[in-house]
Amino acid sequence: MNVALAAAMPLAPLAAALVGFLLRSRRSAAALAITATSAALLAAVILALRFDKPVSDGYRAADFVDLTVEFGVRVNGPTTLMALAVGAVALAVQVYSVTYLRDDDRYAPYAAQVSLFTAAMMTVVVASDLVQLLIGWEVMGICSYLLIGHDRRLPEAPRAAVKAFLVTRVGDVGFLLGIAVLGYHAGTFRIDDVLAHDYTGAQLTTACLLLLAGVAGKSAQFPLHTWLPDAMAGPTPISALIHAATMVAAGVYVVTQLFPLFAQAPAALTVLAVMAAITMLLGALAAMAQADIKRVLAWSTVSQLGYMTGALAVKAPGTAMFHLLTHAAFKALLFLAAGAVIHAVGSNLISVTGGLRRSMPATFAATTIGLAALAGLPPFSGFWSKEAILAAAMDEGTGPGWLVYVAGAATVALTGWYATSLWLQVFLGRPRSPAADHAHEPGPAMRYPVLLLAVPAALLGFAGLAGGFVDRLGPGAEEVGHLSAALVVPLGLALAGAAVAWVMWRRGRAADVPARALLADAFHLDAVQAAVVSRPVSALAGAVRRADETAVDGAVLGTGAAALRSGTVLAGAHRAALPRAAGAALGGALLLGLAAILLEWVR
Amino acid sequence: MHPVIAYVIAALLVGLGVYGILARRNAILVLMAVELLLNGVNLVLVAADTTVKAALPATGQAFALFVIVLAAAEIGVGLAIVLQLYRMRRSVAVDEVPLERVP
Repeated sequence: MNVALAAAMPLAPLAAALVGFLLRSRRSAAALAITATSAALLAAVILALRFDKPVSDGYRAADFVDLTVEFGVRVNGPTTLMALAVGAVALAVQVYSVTYLRDDDRYAPYAAQVSLFTAAMMTVVVASDLVQLLIGWEVMGICSYLLIGHDRRLPEAPRAAVKAFLVTRVGDVGFLLGIAVLGYHAGTFRIDDVLAHDYTGAQLTTACLLLLAGVAGKSAQFPLHTWLPDAMAGPTPISALIHAATMVAAGVYVVTQLFPLFAQAPAALTVLAVMAAITMLLGALAAMAQADIKRVLAWSTVSQLGYMTGALAVKAPGTAMFHLLTHAAFKALLFLAAGAVIHAVGSNLISVTGGLRRSMPATFAATTIGLAALAGLPPFSGFWSKEAILAAAMDEGTGPGWLVYVAGAATVALTGWYATSLWLQVFLGRPRSPAADHAHEPGPAMRYPVLLLAVPAALLGFAGLAGGFVDRLGPGAEEVGHLSAALVVPLGLALAGAAVAWVMWRRGRAADVPARALLADAFHLDAVQAAVVSRPVSALAGAVRRADETAVDGAVLGTGAAALRSGTVLAGAHRAALPRAAGAALGGALLLGLAAILLEWVR
Repeated sequence: MHPVIAYVIAALLVGLGVYGILARRNAILVLMAVELLLNGVNLVLVAADTTVKAALPATGQAFALFVIVLAAAEIGVGLAIVLQLYRMRRSVAVDEVPLERVP
């Protein structure tokens, strides 16, 4: 029964996606997508309620000589929680999109693509085999590409879509190789068998570092984080679903599922700790200087993903899972609320908002909860998960642990600053544009998903006090739900950041960040990437293409041209008048005769 | 009769034929030179049949008969071509036949 439920979670949205691509009518597309996503969520809810012990089942899909590939389901504690989060956010986004994309004539394929994405994400969540997981992983990448490029009127959308696809592909190559290393040495791709297999240290370190490349690409970790802010060219509900709550967290989820391997590869964990520390600080610093609401949230997602990988690096996968869940709730909430603001004022820019507190009270309340959770203020969900991560980092006590702790504490202050600043600039003060003056709440299909997501964003942290929930998070969740005196430091830093933001806002200088241009461009890492990777690769590709066109094509075309030319020359030689032709023939006969005599004489 | 006489005559005929083919411009005369050439060869075949001990008897004579028949057929076709050439160009000079392709 549990297996059937787990199988239904990817299969229901998959069926809806395949049928949905054929539909034209908006109404039937919306009904199909919402029904299928509801079915997936219902299956996830029942599975979460019925779950008692981990199960794994599947059928053998392919049998190579020494390798087997299986398609199946594998259910454990984190799986049930992740499936619940994916189902809930996907349903909220599907309902929200019906109103948000009201004037979009390409709604039907959009809804089908979101369904396909949900199916792919659920596949990653329940996969019992690394190859099956990789399939879901890649289909997510395709859906991300398609949905970022959905709005064809935006000039930056196609570029952002290609960038997101290519940058994540770079990581995915490593991911594929990592899976190949694991599967080759274990003789199977089944996750349970891979986890049980006894690898040597070098094999594990290689495989884990390769897997981390894929995780860095998908979960937007430094140095492969550059695609996520640009991916905000996609519709806002997509940013909420794919680029905040689920897909970008898939990398973290995969590491929690394979954590027994990572735990034996300390080198990989050290790399992960450095990556996480850089990512969280970089994301928070870049978020401070953005002028676009969605880009602030995107950079904050980068930063929060850094917290999750930081928790993994200090051997606390359960804590990472907890932050993943709270982040999914509050960041999806923030994006959907930001979508409501963008819908109301018709622009992404913070500078055209202001004073929306009165005209959009429900969105204001929801965003307040979301930003408080983001900043880590008690009693909202982000507070509990962030405290747990910092406590775990402190307990780890080694170099990577302290690195994560210091970077995490600094990021808490920065997060407090930018969350407060965004809140003040958008909702308080006076409207700074006519559009903000006439803003109003969106329709119920957009309002209720936001309000419903506000419930977990506010209260999910208290689940950490329940023993059953903590057990579900898997190993490494000891710090979840335990508060100690050490929490004063991050809490004080968050409040200090918020206070500085408030003072700056009161003086009318909310956007005056030091070194604003540098931060807004995220330390020009895009330019560095272009100079170090993109341009050399393009130049190499150009050179290879030229070599192909001149040498290879030249050889082929040259053979033909040379044959034609020599044919023409020979044809001209053969076009002789009778005396010359006869003379040549007789001369030839004479030559043959002489040659025969000569040969005879030599012999 | 000494066999050398027949071979020398045959060589003279072949030489005469080759000279005719190379030196004559008139197509009819070229054809006649070809006939001389053929008959020189025929003479070799017949003479060799009587002087050289062959695996099969009378093969040279049979070959000579074949060549005569083929020469008759060949001269028929050749004269027809020459006739057509004359009708088209009012000339049977072999070195004046246009060789460029007519588009």
